[in-house]
Amino acid sequence: MQFTINGTVHEADIDVRTSLLDLLREHLGLTGSKKGCDHGQCGACTVLVNGRRINSCLTLAVMHQDDEITTIEGIGTPDELAPLQAAFVKHDGFQCGYCTPGQICSATGMLDEVKKGWPSHVSEALDGQVDLTDTEISERMSGNLCRCSAYPNIVAAIREAAGLAPVEHEVVGEDA
Amino acid sequence: MADYRMDADHPGVAATRGVQNVLGKPLDRIDGVAKVTGTAPYGYERRVEGDIAYGFAITAPAAKGAVRNIDTDAARALPGVIDIIVDDPRIARQAAAFAPAATGNDRIDHWDQVIGVAVAETFEAARAAARAVVVDIAVEEGRYDTLAGRNDASPPPKDSRLQDRTIGDFDGAMADGEITLDQSYSTPNHVHAAMEPHASIARWDDGALTVWSSLQILSNARNILAQAFDLPHDKVRVISPYIGGGFGGKGGIGPETVLAVIAAQKLGRPVKIAMTRQQLFHNVYRRTDTHQRLRLAADAEGRLTALGHDSLLSQGPDGGFMEPVALGSLGLYGAPARRFTHRVVTLDMVMAGAVRAPGEAVGMLALESAMDEMAEKVGLDPIEFRKRNEPEVDPTTGKPFSSRRFIECLETGAERFGWDRREATPGMRREGEWLIGMGVAGAFRINLLVTGKARVQLMPDGTATVETDMTDIGTGTYTVTAQVAGEALGLPVEQVKVALGDTAFPPGSGSGGSFGAAATASSVALACEDIVAELAKRMDADPADMTLKDGHAIAGNRRVPFSELVGSAPIEGLGTIEQGRNAETYSQAAYGAQFAEVAVNAVTGEVRVRRMLGVFDAGRILNYKTAHSQAIGGMIWGIGYALHEDAVLDKRTGQFVNHDLGEYHIPAHADVPPLDVLFLEEPDLHANPVGVKGLGELSISGAGAAVTNAIYNACGVRVRDFPLTLDKIIADLPPV
Ligand code: FES
Ligand code: FES
Repeated sequence: MQFTINGTVHEADIDVRTSLLDLLREHLGLTGSKKGCDHGQCGACTVLVNGRRINSCLTLAVMHQDDEITTIEGIGTPDELAPLQAAFVKHDGFQCGYCTPGQICSATGMLDEVKKGWPSHVSEALDGQVDLTDTEISERMSGNLCRCSAYPNIVAAIREAAGLAPVEHEVVGEDA
Repeated sequence: MADYRMDADHPGVAATRGVQNVLGKPLDRIDGVAKVTGTAPYGYERRVEGDIAYGFAITAPAAKGAVRNIDTDAARALPGVIDIIVDDPRIARQAAAFAPAATGNDRIDHWDQVIGVAVAETFEAARAAARAVVVDIAVEEGRYDTLAGRNDASPPPKDSRLQDRTIGDFDGAMADGEITLDQSYSTPNHVHAAMEPHASIARWDDGALTVWSSLQILSNARNILAQAFDLPHDKVRVISPYIGGGFGGKGGIGPETVLAVIAAQKLGRPVKIAMTRQQLFHNVYRRTDTHQRLRLAADAEGRLTALGHDSLLSQGPDGGFMEPVALGSLGLYGAPARRFTHRVVTLDMVMAGAVRAPGEAVGMLALESAMDEMAEKVGLDPIEFRKRNEPEVDPTTGKPFSSRRFIECLETGAERFGWDRREATPGMRREGEWLIGMGVAGAFRINLLVTGKARVQLMPDGTATVETDMTDIGTGTYTVTAQVAGEALGLPVEQVKVALGDTAFPPGSGSGGSFGAAATASSVALACEDIVAELAKRMDADPADMTLKDGHAIAGNRRVPFSELVGSAPIEGLGTIEQGRNAETYSQAAYGAQFAEVAVNAVTGEVRVRRMLGVFDAGRILNYKTAHSQAIGGMIWGIGYALHEDAVLDKRTGQFVNHDLGEYHIPAHADVPPLDVLFLEEPDLHANPVGVKGLGELSISGAGAAVTNAIYNACGVRVRDFPLTLDKIIADLPPV
C-alpha cells in the first residue's frame, strides 16, 4: 500500500486493522503523532488529512491511500519551526509535551476553518467572518485535552500565530 | 565530591551568587523545540535494536474471585500470535509503587486486573489475541463501598506520615465553643490521567535488562525491577528521557513494565507494551475517595479554639499507602485544641496511591470550604477570618516556620483580584441569567527534600554537561537544571548540556512530592561547587574573589576562558544533597492564596469559572515561565476537582463505569478562563541550599475550594459532595 505523508510517498505492508495513527507511529517511524487514548477522546493523535484535522486513531490507514496526510513532522522541523510551533515554545504552551503535536496540528486545521468562516458553537453568526476571540479559540480547541493543563498558554500561542494581540493576563511574577 | 546534609543551612553556593543572570529568568524550555516538532522521543517510541514484538495485557472481567481457567487456544490460533503468557509466577497483580507488587494470577483482587500478556508480531494481532483469551472466574461478592465498611476501618498504617493526633481537650473545646461548625465533605476517586499512557519496552542482552518507559523515579523503578527479577542493580537500566505527564502515577513501575520484561525474557526479543486508556483506570493506583468531617469552634472575635479533621478513606486488599488528608490542616491555622484522625476501609479495588498533592489536594477542598462557612458564621470576611488565625509557630508541632508568607499571599491577592468588589451576602450580583460570585482559599503544601545526586563536567571546550537520572515530567527540569549550572559556572544555558532520565547517570531524586526541583537544583549546585573550587585553584584565587561569566573566570586582573583553564580532561563535580536535621528544626511548607470568580446560571445551575488568581510563596523561583506553567496547571486541576472529576464506581461490580477520557471529565480548553499567577519569591535557605520550595502540588491546593466558595457567594448553594456538577447545584437554587 502507498501513503502520501508530508509530501513523501511511503510504502507499507500493513494489517487492514491498522489505524492511521499506528501506521505513522509503528510502521513509518513518525512518532510525533501521539496516542493518548486510541479512542477519539483526547486529540493527541490529531493530524491533517487533505488539510482537515482528524483523530488519526479513529480511522483506518487503508482508507487513506489517496489522501495527503500532514503530521507534526510536516508542519515544521527543529531548524525551521512553523509560526505555531515557535509560538508554543515562546508561550510555554505545554509542559510534558505529549499533547503538543496534536494541539499544533489541531490549531493549524482550526485556523484554516476560521479563515473559511466556519462557525463554532460559540460563534455569534452562522455565516460571515469569525471573530477569533479567546472563547472561540478555546471552544474550537476543546477536542485536544492537555492534562498538564497548559490551556491558557496554548490560547496565547495560537493568538500570536494568528497575528492577534497578546493576552492581557500573561503576567508571570514580581520580577519577570 | 560535594555532599551536603541539611543539618544546618548551607553557607552559600555559587549558583545563588552568580552574575550570569540566568537563574529565575523566564527562559524558553531547552527541550521545547523537540517537543513542538514531535522529535522528543518518549520511552515507547524508542527504536530499539532487535526484532521487536508487541504485547497487549490480558485482564480480568471481574473484581473478585478465583480464576478457574484461562483458555488460550483460540488466541494462540490467531495469525501473527507468538505467545500467550499467563503462567509466569512473576505477573504482578497491581502496579508497583515502591516495592515489587504482589504477584500471582490465580486470584483476582480488583476489576480488570492484569493476568497475562498476549505477544504478537503486530499491535493489532496482539490486541486481537488478548481479547480472544477466555478467562473463567468464580466471581465472589466484593467490598466496594467505603461508607458501608466504616465500622471495620483500620487506623493509619504504622509507616504512614500521619498518625492519629489530639492536642488539648478537643471535645471540651467543641462543647464550649461560642460558634461551632460540624460538617462532612466527600470527594470521589480520582485518576491521574496523564496524557501518555503507561508504556514500556523491555530488552534483554546477555542477562542484562534495559527498559525504556515513562516513569518518574528511575532509581526506584530500577530497585523494583532488580528485586522482582532477582538481578543485581548493575544489570538493570531504566531510560525515560521524556515522560508524557506523571502526576504521581508513574512513581513506581507500571503493570506493563513487568509484562514486557517477562515476555522479552521468554521470547528472546525486545517487547513493547502500552496500557490502553481504559486499562489504566483500573490498573494504576487511584486517589481514594474521602469522607471528611471538619469541626471548628471559635470565640466571638473569630479566633479558632478547636480544629478537627477526621477522614475515612479506602485502600485495596494489600494495604500500604494512606492518603494523608489532614496534612494541610496540621499547620495552616492556629487553634489550641486540635484533632486529626484517619481511618482506612479495605475494598476489593485497585490500590490507592499518590496522585498530585496526596493529602492537600482533597483535604484542602474540605478545610477551605469549612473555613469559608465558618467565616460567615462568625461574621467576618474570609480573608480577615484567616488572618485572625495566623499562628506564630506551627500550631501542631510548635516548631518555627522555615518561611511563611501566607497572610501576604492573601493580602496581595485580594488587592490584585479586586476582592473589595465582592458582596459579602450570596446572590447579590447578577448579570442577566448569571449569578456572579468570588471565592478565596488558602493553599498549603508540605515541603520535602529527598536525596539527589548529579554529576557536572566542565568540558575542554568550555561548555558544561550535567548528568543525573532525574526526570522531566513536564516540570521544566531540563531547563532549570541548565539555569542552575549556568548561573553557578558562568555559562549561558545554550552551553550547558543536560542529560536526564537514564539510570546510567548518578541517581537523582526523581519527580514526585514536589521535591524534584529542590533536590536537583541543590545537587547540581553542589556539584558545581567542586568545579568552582578547582577553577579557583587554577586561577590562584579564592573562590569568593573569583567571578565566572560567559565562559570566563575573572580574578585579579585576569580573565581566562574556560577552554584554557580546563585542559584536556574535563573538570568533574559530583553533588549530593540529603535531608537532615533542618527537617526537624523547622516546619517547612509552601503557601499560597487562591482566588476565583464564577458565574452560576440561575436557571440551569451551570458553572463557568470566569477568572482565577493564584499567589504563591514557593521559595526561590528557578524559571518564571515554567513555574507559571506549573502554577496554572495545578489551578486548572483545582477546577477539575471542584467541578468535573469523578471516577464513578459501580458498587455492584467494583468497576469504574466511566473509565475513559470521554466520561471521566478532566478540564478541557473551554472550561478554563484567564488565569493570573503571582509569585512572592523568597529563597528558603532552611529548606535547601538553593532555597527552592515545592510548587507543582502547591498550586492545586485550595484551588478547587476557591471555586466552590465562589459558587456559594454567587448563588448561596453550598455543596459538600464533590464535584459540584450542576445537578447538585440546581437542587438548591432559589426559584427563578
Ligand atoms: S489517541 Fe486519538 S483521540 Fe486520543
Ligand atoms: S503538555 Fe502534557 S498533556 Fe499537554
